[in-house]
Amino acid sequence: MSSFINGLLRLRRGPWEMVASTLIALGVIMLMQPFALALFTYSFIVTLTGTVTFIIVSHFPE
Amino acid sequence: MIHTPMDKIAEATPEPLARKVRGLSDRAIAWIFVAPSIFLLLAVNIFPLIWTIRLSFTNYKVNRPNREIDFVGLRNYERILTDSDTWMTMQATAHFLIWTIVLQVLIGFALAYLLNMKFKGNDMWTTIIVFPMMLSPAVVGNFWTFLYQPQIGLFNYVVTFFTGGDPSSFSMIGDVQLASWAIVIVDTWMWTPFVMLICLAGLRSIPDSIYEAAECDRASKWRQFWTITIPMALPFLMLAVLFRGIENFKMFDLVVQLTGGGPGNTTTLTSIDLKREAFEKWRTGYSSAYAVTLFVTVFGLASIYVKALNKVKER
Repeated sequence: MSSFINGLLRLRRGPWEMVASTLIALGVIMLMQPFALALFTYSFIVTLTGTVTFIIVSHFPE
Repeated sequence: MIHTPMDKIAEATPEPLARKVRGLSDRAIAWIFVAPSIFLLLAVNIFPLIWTIRLSFTNYKVNRPNREIDFVGLRNYERILTDSDTWMTMQATAHFLIWTIVLQVLIGFALAYLLNMKFKGNDMWTTIIVFPMMLSPAVVGNFWTFLYQPQIGLFNYVVTFFTGGDPSSFSMIGDVQLASWAIVIVDTWMWTPFVMLICLAGLRSIPDSIYEAAECDRASKWRQFWTITIPMALPFLMLAVLFRGIENFKMFDLVVQLTGGGPGNTTTLTSIDLKREAFEKWRTGYSSAYAVTLFVTVFGLASIYVKALNKVKER
């Protein structure tokens, strides 16, 4: 866990890609879940944040 | 000296032009070759994408080109993401996407595993199994509509042969509960061969020597399957899931031909809904925002999937 946080603080690609991937997956689940309209409403912003983050952090060093 | 057609062209090239071409660096020549593709890519993919993003912030209607276009900010996105009908459409798409991928991967892999075993008539069976994939989705949609007919359709007769009851007692494409499964069945029937072919390529790429080594170590068939076959075929399986996932997210033709999005809105997938908004209601700005929403979702999913695929390939 501490290496993950260290990686985030030192702007390393691995942990940041993990964060971005989690956001994208969460956004897609929110988009397609049948439980709450509020989750659906905020799904796009979550997916967009994850996707943009993913594009940016893929240029970070390993 | 042999004169090839290329030599003749070189001789026919005017000297000033020939001198110019000879003076180009390798990099410049590479750019000249790549430039048409880049230009086409920009014109056909990138420009429409940027234009769609721009339109998504307006109230533009393509059937009223002379109307003043107002900038509406994020209102189109707000409408889409608070609309319960769009939410239902997303759920229908999720149902279709998840079940088609699960069934196609399971059946496709099982068929590939069977076909990978050497037996007589192997090639003939491969051709027969691949046949549905070669058909046009419009044709498939049309004849499955007949197969699903409660009175004359073969599907109901086959089902009731095993379960008993009256064949006309249920309608696959007319029933709210069954229609979503009807499209899953047809898509699975049509596209399982594609997954099978990819899996077959994966299975055939595994060297026999690995299995022979496992046999020497007295590994059971079950253990060989889980420790050799599955890990080595996994990149191919993931590739199949990626292709089918993206394709099914934009599924349109087959479902329109089969159910037209009905009964009610139960089989209205996002692409069908998008087409209605764009070309039946002519809400171009709104439908552009809708398209951008779908694009971001598919792009995001594909990004993490490609990353996972690369990781699996590196192992």
